[in-house]
Amino acid sequence: MDAPGSVKGTALLAVIAAVVITLYFLPLKGRKREGVIRALFLAPMAAAFAVTVLIPFFVGIFYSMTDWNGIGYKNFIGLGNYIKIFTQNDYLYSFGITLSFTAVNMLVVNLLAFGLALMCASDMRFSKFCRAAFFVPNLIGGIVLGYVWQFIFNKVFVLAFEPSMLTDPNLAFFAVVIVSAWQYAGYIMMIYITGLQTIPKEVLEASGIDGAGALRMLLKIKIPMIAHTFTVCLFLTLVNSFKQFDLNFAITGGAPARILGGKAIQSTEFLALNIYNTAITKNNYALGQAKAVVFFAALAVVSLTQVYIGKKSEVEM
Amino acid sequence: MKMKTKRALLSGTGLLWAAVVISPFWLVLINAAKTSADIVIDPLSLPKNLAQFGANLNNVINNQNFSFWPSFAASLFITAASLALLTLFSSMAAWVLCREKAWWSGAIFMMFVAAMVIPFQVVMLPLLSIYRSIQEFTGIRFLQSFGGLIFAYLGFGGSVSIFILHGFVKGIPLELEEAAAIDGSSMEGVFFRVIFPLLRPVQMTVLILNGIWIWNDFLLPSLMLGLNGRVKTLPVAVTAFVGSFVKQWDLILTAAFLAMIPVITLFAFAQKYIIRGMVEGAIK
Repeated sequence: MDAPGSVKGTALLAVIAAVVITLYFLPLKGRKREGVIRALFLAPMAAAFAVTVLIPFFVGIFYSMTDWNGIGYKNFIGLGNYIKIFTQNDYLYSFGITLSFTAVNMLVVNLLAFGLALMCASDMRFSKFCRAAFFVPNLIGGIVLGYVWQFIFNKVFVLAFEPSMLTDPNLAFFAVVIVSAWQYAGYIMMIYITGLQTIPKEVLEASGIDGAGALRMLLKIKIPMIAHTFTVCLFLTLVNSFKQFDLNFAITGGAPARILGGKAIQSTEFLALNIYNTAITKNNYALGQAKAVVFFAALAVVSLTQVYIGKKSEVEM
Repeated sequence: MKMKTKRALLSGTGLLWAAVVISPFWLVLINAAKTSADIVIDPLSLPKNLAQFGANLNNVINNQNFSFWPSFAASLFITAASLALLTLFSSMAAWVLCREKAWWSGAIFMMFVAAMVIPFQVVMLPLLSIYRSIQEFTGIRFLQSFGGLIFAYLGFGGSVSIFILHGFVKGIPLELEEAAAIDGSSMEGVFFRVIFPLLRPVQMTVLILNGIWIWNDFLLPSLMLGLNGRVKTLPVAVTAFVGSFVKQWDLILTAAFLAMIPVITLFAFAQKYIIRGMVEGAIK
C-alpha cells in the first residue's frame, strides 16, 4: 500500500540499502570493522530520533519566531508570537487551569494510590483481584474512556443530580479530575506497592515489639523508607497531569464556556488542548508553536524543581 | 478476634472499591446491549433483549466511519511492527552506546535521555511539516502511511527504550563477550548470539511499556492519518465515529466496547507481565 511513489524515492531507498550492504561487506579488519558495525547498529535509532524529535524540536523553536502557517513562512518576527500569547486571556487562563489541575490531580491520585497500596499490601483477602481491578482503567486509552465517562456524567449521574457536571465550569474541572484519578491511581498504586515490599519485615516487626502503633509505624518507618518511591510517583503524576490531553479532549473538549473579563473563554481547556486548538482547529501554526515551546519550558522547569525538592527531602529523611 | 474483624473490614472495603472502579465497564457492557431509547429511559437496568447486542455490534462493525476491522488491523500492524523494530534497534543502539567508551557515545546517550522531557506537543507541528517536505521531495508517502507512523514511533519510543536497555546492558559481564570473540565470533555475532538473548527480560518491559502507549495513542495518528483518512487506528476510528453521530449512545458505547476488548483480553492472560513491565518501566 505504501510503495514508493516515484523514481526519486525508489532511488533514495536503493542508495541507502546499497551503502548499508557495502559498508557491511567492506573487507576491513579489527577496530576499523568494529567501527563500521557500531555505526550501522546505531544508525536506525539515530535516524528516527533525528528526523522525528531532534530536528523538529529545533526547527519548531525557529518557527515559533516566524509567521509560519504550517507549510512555509515569510517573515521572521522575533518574540512577536510570545508577546502575543501572553497578552491573550485564553492562554493565561489555560496556564492557570492546567497548573491547578496538576496540583489537584497530583494530590488526589497520590493520596488515593498510597491508601490503596497500604490496603493491598496488608493481609487482606482478594488482594490480587483488587489490584488487577484497580489497574485495568490504566490499560485503556484516554480517548475511549473519555467518551464513556461523558456518557456517565451526562446520562447516569444526572439521575441523582441535575444538571450534568459537565455544564458547570467549576464542576467540569472536577469531572476531569475524577476520571483522571480513576484511570491513573491503580498504576501509581502498583509503584507504591513495589516500594512497600522493599521494606524489610524485620524492621516492622522490631518496631511492633517496641510498641509502635500502626500510625506511628506508617509515619516514622514506612513513609521515610520509601521516600524515593514518593519522588518517582509525584514526578510521574506531575508530568502526566501537566500533559493531559486525551481525557480533556474526549470528556469536555474544553467546554463549557466561562465569561472572563467580558469575553467567553473555554473553562476546561488545558494547555495541550489549547495548543492543539490554536494550531489545528484555528489553523494558527506559528502561535500554536510558540505556545508549545512555552509549554515545554514550563514542563521542564516544574518537573526539574519537583525532582530537586524530592531528592532533597529524601536525603533529609 | 480483633485481627479477624480488621481483615474482614479491609477485604470488604477493597472489594467495594474494586466494584466502584469496574462499574464504568459494567455500564458500557449493559448499555451496549440496549436501544438508544432504552438507554435514555434507564441506563442502569439490565438489558431486556440480548439480541440487541448483536444488532448494535453489527451496526457498528459495518459502519463506514468506524470501519472496525480495517482499523483493528491497522492498529495491530502498526503496534506490532513498531514494537518489533523498536526492540531490535534500541537493543542494538543501547549495546553500542554502553560498550563504546568514547566521548561521543556518552554524549549521544545523554541526548536520548534528555529528550525524555520533550513533550509531544512541541515537536508535533514541525514534524508534520518535515514529513510533508520529505514526502514532496522523495515521493515516498510519510503522512497518511503506516511507514511514517512507525518511523515516528521509533523516534518517540527510542529514548525510554534505550535508557532502560542501557541500564541492563551495563550489568552484563564483559567477559561473556570476550569469550565469544575469542571463539571467533564476529562483532555482530556476539550481539545477536550472546547479548540479544540475555536482554529478553528487559525487552519484555520495553515491549509492554511501548505497546500500551502505541496501541492507545490518539494524537499522533490523528494528526498524521487524519480523522477522515483512508487508514485509521482504533482510537482515531472511535473519535471519527463519535464525531459522526450526534450522541447515539447505544452505538458509541458498542464502539467503546469493541475498542476495549482486545486489551482487556490480553490483560486477562498476561496480567503478571503487563503489571510488572509497566511498573519496572516507570521505576527505571
